[in-house]
Amino acid sequence: MPEQPRIERTHADRIQSERPMIEIRSVTRSYGAFRALDDASLTIREGEFFSLLGPSGCGKTTLLRMIAGFDNPTSGSIAVGGQSMEGIPANRRPTNMVFQSYAIFPHLNVEQNVAYGLKRLKLRGGEEKRRVEEALAQVSLTGLGKRLATELSGGQRQRVALARALVMRPKVLLLDEPLSALDKKLREQMQVELRRLQQAVGITFVLVTHDQYEALAMSDRIAVMFGGKIAQVASPKEIYQRPVNRQVADFLGGMNFVKAEIVEENGASLIVDTLGFGRIKTDKPKAFVRNGGGATLGIRPERLRVLWDNATAKFEVAGKVVERHYFGEITHLIVEIPGLEKPLSVTETNDFGADDIPVGTSIRLAYDPEALVAMAD
Amino acid sequence: MRARRFLPGGWLSTYAFLYIVFLYLPVIFLPVFSINTAATPKFPLTGFTLQWYEDLPRTPALLDAAWNSLIVGVSAAILSTVLGILAARSITRYRYPGRRAINGLIMAPLVLPEVIVAISMLLVMLQLGLSLSLFTVVLGHVLICIPYSMTVLTSGFEGFDRSLEEASADLGESAFGTFRRVTLPMVAPAIISSLLVCFTISLDEFIIAFFLTGTEATLPIYIWGQLRFASKLPGVLALGTLLLVASLLLMTIAEMLRRRAARRTQNEGGLYA
Repeated sequence: MPEQPRIERTHADRIQSERPMIEIRSVTRSYGAFRALDDASLTIREGEFFSLLGPSGCGKTTLLRMIAGFDNPTSGSIAVGGQSMEGIPANRRPTNMVFQSYAIFPHLNVEQNVAYGLKRLKLRGGEEKRRVEEALAQVSLTGLGKRLATELSGGQRQRVALARALVMRPKVLLLDEPLSALDKKLREQMQVELRRLQQAVGITFVLVTHDQYEALAMSDRIAVMFGGKIAQVASPKEIYQRPVNRQVADFLGGMNFVKAEIVEENGASLIVDTLGFGRIKTDKPKAFVRNGGGATLGIRPERLRVLWDNATAKFEVAGKVVERHYFGEITHLIVEIPGLEKPLSVTETNDFGADDIPVGTSIRLAYDPEALVAMAD
Repeated sequence: MRARRFLPGGWLSTYAFLYIVFLYLPVIFLPVFSINTAATPKFPLTGFTLQWYEDLPRTPALLDAAWNSLIVGVSAAILSTVLGILAARSITRYRYPGRRAINGLIMAPLVLPEVIVAISMLLVMLQLGLSLSLFTVVLGHVLICIPYSMTVLTSGFEGFDRSLEEASADLGESAFGTFRRVTLPMVAPAIISSLLVCFTISLDEFIIAFFLTGTEATLPIYIWGQLRFASKLPGVLALGTLLLVASLLLMTIAEMLRRRAARRTQNEGGLYA
């Protein structure tokens, strides 16, 4: 983001400190025989925008509520800012939460909502008023202090919930699906604003979401969760480009899976034979467990490019278009490749006329072998 | 959506009309005869007077009864509302085995024959060695008021978004502080409504008061006593009219408050499923 170099740099500095803010050690939460969270370990760094991403029921909200103190681990420990949270109730934790329903107090106006937590601190000499004003300014609600919660739009309620939490100057701000109730346009606008706000205040944000684009757009790092377990923790780019298994790959968007035979396996790399793509050398994923002589490779649909006319590429596959789906700025092509059990899904931008390729056309696709990643099943 | 169809003009509307007349005609006679000059309630009316109303404050026995009723009504209302708050909160907020059974048992006095309840309570009180007084009447009234109090309060508590209390705790407030600053203000209309309903019920209640009181009469008991004297009837009618008006007024306010409380809690929590 070249227009905001200052913020980017300070932000990067903070990330480099890598001091842990939240340490989750082997946390399990059972409800009877059901394990909502199963032996989860995770370290969230100071000043980081961290997302817990997964489908509903994956344990992400359970984990967030345990950090906030609304729920307790069956076993394992949680520390915030180096201090164990065991036995510390929600009202004495250095965390504040933005609730999914916003939980704006309906009998209080905006100002009173924001000042709610400050009242107990008994601040002197107009300090309370000053901090409320500052918080309202941070979320662009200046001048709406006297409004009642019932007179606000969904987006405004969300800002009140944010201001009410930020005014407490917590070590960690927890956000439980804060954007899920907003319409698409407002949601995208709030993603940018939340990210900007987090960089401005420098507080550690932990966001729970089931929306992969939201997590990719806002986070420094993401933990992808399934069935109470953490599948992968990495930067958005790494999660998207190098998913550790098929489940993560699928959840983060479209992925073509290609079966392969392992030819050679050494320290950090794999050499495999595929029917469509020939022999490929690829990085070996950290969690890779050899399962006989086979492996699964994945390539994202946008990493396959249509080769026009006589253009050639170092690596290419030939096939036939069997389906075409138009999406405005892009077109999805389904391309059958001789030797591959499933046709490839290809995403091509429409600037060169991919939307005009007739079904049945023989085409060639260029790819970068680096984009083919090995993963566990 | 189509406008609601009007009832067909035939027998159905005649039935509805007769039904309403049957329900409310006796009640209308009360105020009508209470401003009639004749001492016996008979048509044709003989003339207009407010004399019966003017006589009311000059009757010491009546004033005593009114005072007793006020004490009993206020005590019963406060006690049953406090107990009702605890019960309604537990019923709406927690899930535990026997929840429905307990709810049913609390609501049961609504359908139990009052005379049976009164006799059983009388027996228990005497066994416990309590002497009959206004206090025993209060206990009896609490028993029959709680179902009403529960009905009003659960509709106020239901749909109360739990995350409001969590948000308060999250912002540093203690459990008691949360109750005082969030829960109480939000359910206050329902609580006031419950107080009014209970007071009204206690004010009008006869059977239990009759069995459980000692020498002190409440208003309904006083009225019952006066009915033996034909000459006192216009005064009773005047008193009855006042009670009727007061009851209607209190119940109307109570219902308005109950609706307000229900609206307040529900439109907050109802953002999502």
